[in-house]
Amino acid sequence: MITISSLLDKEWHERYKRIANLNIRSSIYDVTNRCNLRCKGCFFFSSGEHEAAREEMDIKKWENFIDSEKARGVNLAILIGGEPTLCMDRVEAFYKRLPTYCASNGLIKVDRAKFPDMMVGISLWGDGEDEKILRGRDTFAISSANYAGDPYTYYLYTITPKQLGKIETIIRKIADVGLKVHLQLLSNDEGVDGFSWKEGELADLRHEMDEALDKYPQTVISSKYYHEVITSGQMLGRTFGWPECPSVTEALDTRSPRPRRLIHFARWASDLKTVHRCCTSATRDCSTCKDGAAHMSWIMVNKQSHIKTTGDLQNWIEIYEMFAKLYRLIPW
Amino acid sequence: MPETNDIQGIIRKVAEIIIGELKLEDVTVDTFSPEMDLVDELGIDSMDLATIALVLQDEYKIVIDEDDYPKLKSIRMIAEYISEKLTAKG
Repeated sequence: MITISSLLDKEWHERYKRIANLNIRSSIYDVTNRCNLRCKGCFFFSSGEHEAAREEMDIKKWENFIDSEKARGVNLAILIGGEPTLCMDRVEAFYKRLPTYCASNGLIKVDRAKFPDMMVGISLWGDGEDEKILRGRDTFAISSANYAGDPYTYYLYTITPKQLGKIETIIRKIADVGLKVHLQLLSNDEGVDGFSWKEGELADLRHEMDEALDKYPQTVISSKYYHEVITSGQMLGRTFGWPECPSVTEALDTRSPRPRRLIHFARWASDLKTVHRCCTSATRDCSTCKDGAAHMSWIMVNKQSHIKTTGDLQNWIEIYEMFAKLYRLIPW
Repeated sequence: MPETNDIQGIIRKVAEIIIGELKLEDVTVDTFSPEMDLVDELGIDSMDLATIALVLQDEYKIVIDEDDYPKLKSIRMIAEYISEKLTAKG
């Protein structure tokens, strides 16, 4: 019989045991419909999700809602938007009740006196030139000044096709301000000219991501298996897409057969009543979705498929560790 | 209801359900150790447990609280849990 200990040596088995009982139950919350940037390719605005629901303004209702989410079993709140830091009272309501991760563009600094260990992920869409094209301004100068050296902050670097051959420059800049970085890929929901992936580019990118991880292991939070899956859309011979995606809101998941999925996952709109289809835009073509968290979760929920060979299981462990590190559920 | 509700009977039924639900190919009811740690050795996760719990609830007409999942670490522990529930039910 294939068991975990028959596939792993003692060190890897200990690593496995460290994460096997984490039992993560995450959900995603649109904290606000507003943002202080309007980025081309941001699914929240391109798909009209910012107009899907009227924002709840009563903080008491937010507090009650978060309590009910906690009672529902959620143990990790992922805050997105819009820009969550525009509504710090809501962020605080989450932080006081649940382990909380806040996605931000980094233009507003989270007050560490109030939120000493809240994880902050700062979005970055490339070098200054790309940032200006896609986001209207180069955000790095501001966000890096706000968060330099912060032990609970890392960059979420969305790599675009224009960044091929240049990602090391960005990673070095991030390392120089004492922060870490997680890599993800642009899905180009708005079809911005020159920002869609072409044949062969993703294979080149995978190689470049691997090199970055080898060269900056203390800065890049990633794994080579993640690079393989995110750039190919393939996992153990299976193809990512709607029939496989684990990050679909449970109440809207009518798929049959139902794939392995995140238990109790929901993505809530800011009226606290409406739910969105999935962790990203409902207008996105799932067959070309490059969402990093969805791909990571896809691997994570398919553990049994990886308990076949030592290499497969080690790959699975590295992905789970990466996810757990991104939310500081285990140390960096 | 299953035919035998003594511990050994429940152990065999739980093993059969786990093998069926997880589509385990290299183990049988006779070779499946009731003491094996389902998480640390077999790699069962909370989604697997939820699936198995649903089948067990249906089989034994009991309720398995999600908060109790951490207690269900081996086939024997699951069987004892079910046995207690059946006893409480009368």
